[in-house]
Amino acid sequence: MKKLTLFLMCIFQVFVHAQDEQLKGVIFEASNGTESPLPGANVYWLGSSVGAITAEDGTFSLPYKFSFNKLVVSYVGFKTDTLTVNKNRYIKHVLKASEELDAVTVTSRKQSTSKSFLKATNTMTVSADELLKAACCNLSESFETNPSIDVNFADAVSGTKQIKMLGLNSPYILIATENIPAIRGASQAYGLSFIPGTWVESIQITKGAGSVINGYESIAGQINTELVKPATDDKLFVNAYAGANGRLELNTHFNQKVSDKWSTGIYVHGNLRNQKFDRNDDSFLDVPLKEQINVMNRWQYASPEKGLVSFISLRYLNDHTQAGQIDFDPDRDRGTTNFWGSEINTERFEVMTKLGYVNPEIPYQSLGFQTAFSYHKQDSYFGLNIYDINHSSVYSNLIYNSIISDSRHKVKTGLSFTYDRYDEVVNTSNYERIENSIGGFFEYAFDNLDDLSLTAGVRVDQHNRLGFFVTPRLHVRYTPWEKSALRASIGRGKRSANIFAENQNLFASSRQINILNASGKIYGLDPEIAWNYGISYLQGFNFFGQKADVTFDFYRTDFQNQVVVDWENPFEINFYNLDGESYANSFQFEFNYNAFKGFDIRTAYKYYDIKTDYNSGKLEKPLIPRNRLFANAAYETEAKSNGSQWKFDATYNWLDSQRFPSTEISVPEFQLDEYSPTIGTLNLQVTKVFSPNFEVYLGGENITNVRQTNPIISPDNPFGSNFDSNFVYGPIFGSMYYAGIRYRLN
Amino acid sequence: MKNVILIITVMFTSMTFAQNKNAKASMEVDGVCGMCKERIEKAAIKTKGVKSAVWNIDTHELKLIYDERKTDLKTISKNIAAVGHDTKEIKATKEAYESVNACCKYRDKEVVKNHSKE
Repeated sequence: MKKLTLFLMCIFQVFVHAQDEQLKGVIFEASNGTESPLPGANVYWLGSSVGAITAEDGTFSLPYKFSFNKLVVSYVGFKTDTLTVNKNRYIKHVLKASEELDAVTVTSRKQSTSKSFLKATNTMTVSADELLKAACCNLSESFETNPSIDVNFADAVSGTKQIKMLGLNSPYILIATENIPAIRGASQAYGLSFIPGTWVESIQITKGAGSVINGYESIAGQINTELVKPATDDKLFVNAYAGANGRLELNTHFNQKVSDKWSTGIYVHGNLRNQKFDRNDDSFLDVPLKEQINVMNRWQYASPEKGLVSFISLRYLNDHTQAGQIDFDPDRDRGTTNFWGSEINTERFEVMTKLGYVNPEIPYQSLGFQTAFSYHKQDSYFGLNIYDINHSSVYSNLIYNSIISDSRHKVKTGLSFTYDRYDEVVNTSNYERIENSIGGFFEYAFDNLDDLSLTAGVRVDQHNRLGFFVTPRLHVRYTPWEKSALRASIGRGKRSANIFAENQNLFASSRQINILNASGKIYGLDPEIAWNYGISYLQGFNFFGQKADVTFDFYRTDFQNQVVVDWENPFEINFYNLDGESYANSFQFEFNYNAFKGFDIRTAYKYYDIKTDYNSGKLEKPLIPRNRLFANAAYETEAKSNGSQWKFDATYNWLDSQRFPSTEISVPEFQLDEYSPTIGTLNLQVTKVFSPNFEVYLGGENITNVRQTNPIISPDNPFGSNFDSNFVYGPIFGSMYYAGIRYRLN
Repeated sequence: MKNVILIITVMFTSMTFAQNKNAKASMEVDGVCGMCKERIEKAAIKTKGVKSAVWNIDTHELKLIYDERKTDLKTISKNIAAVGHDTKEIKATKEAYESVNACCKYRDKEVVKNHSKE
């Protein structure tokens, strides 16, 4: 018995200790002159989320907080009362019926693109709001309103827009979806157009080397796309779009909670472009014909008690693109010289899983495991050039997060494994290769919670073709004074260049393809290795009482080896290992200003100096303007109580002249100037939000109707030796108007 | 004898309890805004032995994980009070309280009211 008492006492003691002081009371309602207990009323401390709901008999009990003294009692249909409670006493209160309901409006306006003042990396977060500014249909068009990413004009054949960062094209950027490298290998050229814009929840853009966690391939930067999640996305979402260039798109999302812990979503995207346009009368389609069906199913599991979260995503894509001469009929003319035409058929299947465990007892310890499998098949021809690629890919990454001594020192460590199998047909040659790697990484992040943070990472990988190598990366942020961030980064990247997949636009020419080296392990070529260094300075300030900030960025990429893509001879395309130097310097000045309520201005100036030692000498990289200007203005009216508002958006881009690859040895008729003319384009969009559920948008791309009149060289003789569709420096189609609707149901 | 063993066992378990490397605790700390949060968390984490400190603006709850061999709640409270924030155990001195930014004067009802409007 004594033992039991002792035991009970111990337990009881623990209980008493665990239990906080409680504030108790009872709430009544006054109706018809009598008072009766009111069940279901809300009682909470003002300014906190600590509260309780009254029981059947009107009583309540909630933790007593000495630092709060205003107790709010509310119930629908009654006047809300606020009581002053200076000491813990029993509360007895009577609520009176109110004449009208209180309308509660919560207003907060978050920026659609935000830069961090605290992170060690130079990262910009783009929210879904920003993505709506350009009614973009897929990821490749999502960067039009972002000054850090340059979007090329679509080439004449595939109609796909390519992106660049720090003056380097997308193979040098690690593009991931939910931290799993996604746009790589066979999907490098068109992959961005395979991710519908409405599937994107947010985008994080990191300039410079980036983190070591997601691999060794990134050189210029990292772009991570977070996709919409079944538990948080709208129950039903529909986006329909129609463009004057014959493009129709439809996006639908269905999200459903299956149980307490499971949610699922089905996302369907289809686009169709079946009208033929030839505004410049060169007998070639200005924009290709397209059909795409893209389906994704996601499953989300969350169990906060166990600390488990998981995602399973399945995706299927089928895309068909036809380009070339207006009169080209694939069934009749394929493989002949009747008419020049091209078809690209892509099929892709993907499975992605993520499993995360956060120790519920120790929230800073967590474990994450990601796997992705994809199969990508492209069958295509460009005139008489044939290009087929099959790419199977396996990716897995295990990450452990913890701290050293306290949460100012964080560490991430883990293992990754990748496997890629490529099978390519280029005209009559067959290229097969398998790449696999196993690697380990360790990243240390320090934050003194004040003016200094840094991330230092290193990874070691054993790769069957790249060998054994070390990838170090360092990012530092220092805040010398208020509202500023001074950043520096350095890092190394290494990758194997998929020369055909990355440069397949060059098939749409009569150029002869040559690989000039034979001793390397990737098409006879060596791996690409580069160091990236950067400094950046961000300063926020108040300008006429409104928020503004300026950013200065300077980045340099130095290639130790590069696979040079040389098209300086108009009859050839040559791939070879860099002999000499190759670098990309980029400078960016950005000024953002919130001039008045609802009105934001973003402007940028960019300067690029990108040079490579070609076999014919040191030259500027072709088709990259040295100077660029960017301006975006966005205005939105204040939302009315029913949620209706107007949104206006304008984006202006100016590009300096761009160097054309040499055409010196062509006959004079097919020679081009050394440089292209300068180009300025203006896009506008107006959105009318009728309610939180429904909005209509209307916009115009390139409304000043700027056009490159002769995007194709020798269009009259497409099977002759001078034919080339790659000298594109500006818009081909001219102005293009579009309209669409968005409907969502929560 | 049995009782003695029991008492020793209980003491021992509570001692190992006291020696917990990852002891969890939560305490109430007064404050009003994001700046307060930064100040409170910084003061807590700079206490040797504190591994994680997260303060909630709404509930005023400071969640702590700390090494009991190196520190205790009293020391942590003291450090928080030293930067000007009241805890249940220890109130900040007038000097310390005066040192916090004007918008963080949580003892001032006007300031609190302004924050709750946001």
